[in-house]
Amino acid sequence: MSFIANTREQQNEMLRICGLSSIEELFNDIPKNLRPRSFSLPSGKSELEVLQILENYAAQNYSHLINFLGGGFYDHFIPSAVDAIASRSEFYTAYTPYQPELSQGTLQAMYEFQSDICRLTSMEVANASLYDGGTALYEACQMAIHATERPKVIVDGGVNPIYRKMLYSYTANLSIDFCEIPVSHGQSNREKVFASLDEKTAAVVLQNPNFFGVIDNHADIVEKCHSMGILIIQSVYPVAMALLKPPGEIGVDIATGEGQSLGIPLSFGGPYIGFMAATKKLVRKMPGRIVGRTIDKKEREGFVLTLQAREQHIRREKATSNICTNEALCALRVHAYLSLLGTQGLRDVANLCVNKALYAKARFKKVPGVKVMESSPTFNEFTLRLPMDAAEVAGKMIEHGFAPGFPLGRYYPGMENYLLVAVTEKRTRYEIGAFAETLEHVLRTTSSRAGLAEKGTA
Amino acid sequence: MTPDDRKFTKTHEWVKIDGALAMVGISDHAQDSLGDITFVELPSVGKKTAKGKACCVIESVKAASDIYAPLSGEIAAVNREVQSQPETINKDPYEKGWIFKIKDFSIAEFDDLMDSQSYEAFVRSEA
Amino acid sequence: MTIIFKKSINGRRGVVLPELDVPLANDIPQEYRRVAGLDLCELSELDVVRHFTDLSRKNFGVDTNFYPLGSCTMKYNPKVCEKIAQFEGFSALHPLLPQLRRGGMLTQGALAVIYELERLLCEITGMDAFTLQPMAGAHGELTGMMLIAAYHKNKGNKKNEVLIPDEAHGTNPSSAAIAGYTVRPVPTNTDTGMIDVAMLESMIGPQTAAIMMTNPNTLGIFNSRIEKISLLAHSFDALLYYDGANLNAILGKFRPGDAHFDVMHVNLHKTFATPHGGGGPGAGPVGVKKHLEEFLPISRVVKRSDSTYSLNYNYPKSIGYIAPFYGNFSVCLRAYAYILMLGAKGLTEVSENAVLNANYVMHSLKNHFHVPYVRTCMHECVISAKNQMLQGVSALDIAKFLIDMGFHPPTVYFPLIVKEALMIEPTETESKETLDLFIAAMKTIAEKTGKNPGEFHDAPITTPVGRLDEVKAARDMDCAFL
Repeated sequence: MSFIANTREQQNEMLRICGLSSIEELFNDIPKNLRPRSFSLPSGKSELEVLQILENYAAQNYSHLINFLGGGFYDHFIPSAVDAIASRSEFYTAYTPYQPELSQGTLQAMYEFQSDICRLTSMEVANASLYDGGTALYEACQMAIHATERPKVIVDGGVNPIYRKMLYSYTANLSIDFCEIPVSHGQSNREKVFASLDEKTAAVVLQNPNFFGVIDNHADIVEKCHSMGILIIQSVYPVAMALLKPPGEIGVDIATGEGQSLGIPLSFGGPYIGFMAATKKLVRKMPGRIVGRTIDKKEREGFVLTLQAREQHIRREKATSNICTNEALCALRVHAYLSLLGTQGLRDVANLCVNKALYAKARFKKVPGVKVMESSPTFNEFTLRLPMDAAEVAGKMIEHGFAPGFPLGRYYPGMENYLLVAVTEKRTRYEIGAFAETLEHVLRTTSSRAGLAEKGTA
Repeated sequence: MTPDDRKFTKTHEWVKIDGALAMVGISDHAQDSLGDITFVELPSVGKKTAKGKACCVIESVKAASDIYAPLSGEIAAVNREVQSQPETINKDPYEKGWIFKIKDFSIAEFDDLMDSQSYEAFVRSEA
Repeated sequence: MTIIFKKSINGRRGVVLPELDVPLANDIPQEYRRVAGLDLCELSELDVVRHFTDLSRKNFGVDTNFYPLGSCTMKYNPKVCEKIAQFEGFSALHPLLPQLRRGGMLTQGALAVIYELERLLCEITGMDAFTLQPMAGAHGELTGMMLIAAYHKNKGNKKNEVLIPDEAHGTNPSSAAIAGYTVRPVPTNTDTGMIDVAMLESMIGPQTAAIMMTNPNTLGIFNSRIEKISLLAHSFDALLYYDGANLNAILGKFRPGDAHFDVMHVNLHKTFATPHGGGGPGAGPVGVKKHLEEFLPISRVVKRSDSTYSLNYNYPKSIGYIAPFYGNFSVCLRAYAYILMLGAKGLTEVSENAVLNANYVMHSLKNHFHVPYVRTCMHECVISAKNQMLQGVSALDIAKFLIDMGFHPPTVYFPLIVKEALMIEPTETESKETLDLFIAAMKTIAEKTGKNPGEFHDAPITTPVGRLDEVKAARDMDCAFL
């Protein structure tokens, strides 16, 4: 099944117009010795057969576990209307809006998405999306380095370890110095961060809430850095922005983050969506597409891609970034989600998360051997210290139907007994209670000898 | 008409002596090719320039062009008017649309540049 | 159309969440809370659905119009792929699951899809290994450049430049530059429309890290001298990168891996029919030959002797993480389903019909528009409006006029080396009737240019807005409604 409409008759008619007698002649420029050595794929299947094959694969995945797993990617409720809106094929089968007159749907939606991001983060200007929160953070670092013409970036240890790994991967061949400062009692270590600032520093990268779920007010770090001409990049959890201090309120220069929590399914890792917002001063250094509002000759309001002179198709090797295709359909989903929930709805989501997390902490605290790390306030994610290897405990909890959280030892050596637990508005009182009971049972029935870490593949 | 009181580069900048300084802008041909100019990223005063090296950027809707310093020296002044009203360069590229002024340059480098007639011939040959 | 925020009514509610079922005990101290209230819109669900439905009707999509954008491959997106992407077994799967102990066993279906798609892409392209991590074509190019850099670093080579033909897509030089290389454009021979090999020979040297190419190139011409070019590159230990954007032309007819390319990317949202989404998401998987495999990003999916799949991070020379997880998984899922449906025969038919359709359009228009290279083209043809320009009608004017005739215009002003270029890529999923309608429209345009050039400058007039003031947009910079 190849979705080709033309019949053999029509093909022959077309060949005739081309002055050719066979389809093979169309490929005469490809010499015999450059033809494929092999092209053996399983034979083409019908739609019905493909559905069966993929249903079978889908059934082999444990997507039904009660999800307390976060780490930057959360199991939030997605209203049905988001799917309905994003399934309109005028949206998803459209291309990048380079011809604005016939893309006003996409363009206005992206303009509104940019507006959403600015309102959520209290920043002045946002772009129309990047691939994900990690590449957004990398692009922000590049912006800061170019804007300040300095080569050093300080990275707070509370920044998502996956994003930190990405930063180092992208910059392995570039002359950028990274300096990591571990957290202190869960929050940014001011003393050590300030001690690391110098005239070579372009930016300090922070995250709020950080990977441990801990929240902070970074205004003091912003002030100190600005006095030295250093920029602040803050990666934020967008749902939390409904309640917590947004980056614009404390003077952050570039805000980034992962938009998956705003109406994008977990989907085993992607597609997700990176958002980026900045001060107007930095707009020309921003990567990615930006939609602007303007008028036509009849003074009708319309939207266009603007500031394209920064982008790869014009500036080529001098472009601010190489990004072309972005996550437009995901941006549409985010905008639909935020519009459907609205101001009060998003506040409700955030409040439900906070309260349920507090309830969970209270329940888990009572489990013998478990300590809830509470030296600093958290949003909806927090750390448990277990009396044995967290990965072993997590494995047992899975057998009981829970995805119980993320064992921190994987990314933080020395923290093998710590488990990162996330609670969203989807988790019920009953589920939280069942988690506590199961945890107690698992801890009681697992001997600590069995908690020794296994090496190698997962 | 290409004014003959100044010199030109192969990258379409013009240079006119203004007292002890060299005033720099882009030619009428350049502003026409760029189209409506939307932004000028002015160099900072005090920045050192090297002949032939890019020192600032002019943006239009369809292009972002580097402006190459026609002379080595130091930026002495910049024209804020083109920053707040970039269309000035389109309307008046030779007078009000000047972009920056260089000091401490070599007169020999200036003499090396094309005069208005040679520049006109150069533009015709490129077309 | 009214901006959504202007439709807000204070106090109006949309989607409502369950009541709190645990004690209310919000303990976040004031110093961490926002001062200014959150200000999103306040609308009912119907308000929102109407708003987005109205917006959607202002768009052209493949499902509504012929979309012959050169270099974009706007082919039909099969609906079964959309259905599969929504299976809960995939859409609700948390990416951190396989990173838990024995977590691989929780995600066997997803790991299988990744592994099997990589194998299929290897067979289609002749490469030895693939990574699905890159989240777009440009991202794949950057990944490829990083792999090349890792290869050279591992060998102790000192290389700092990349050679790229001047007709290349803008992402090629920008990706190379972002990876830290100096870019040197190689001129295209204007007679043949192919990279100037003599110039390439004079430009290449021990400092060259790589040559980036696409074949067929952006002019739609297949370069059969690729062996000579690859020998030249490899003699300097420069690697050959293949931009797979034009893969739709050569499926089953040519494999870059067989032609000595070392590394390449494919665009799943082009050749493999995943939707463009209004600008994304896409996916740009990268394929490599054996000598680059050790540098691929981690994690990688491996198949164990008991036929189960698992994640392996044990690649000490890997370039690290390119994506947070395994790439744009649900985009890859759609491509996998598409390849299963087509099989070898189907994919070969794709290219045969894509190339036939493009040649049919070119031959039908060659007497009405200037065709810079009158020879068999591949999946896209480049024509020029330079003759129409003499009457004051540019490629842009033609594009806008086509909109009023119900067609999405072809790509215009690319490649840069052809004046007033129109790049037409019909794709294989378009029927002869649709092509005939397009051809008729273009012929009408050619006729009207001669008689009434003024008519073009006001186009389009049938769309919700006419030509927009892009200068005002750039100067005013109104990018958010706050």
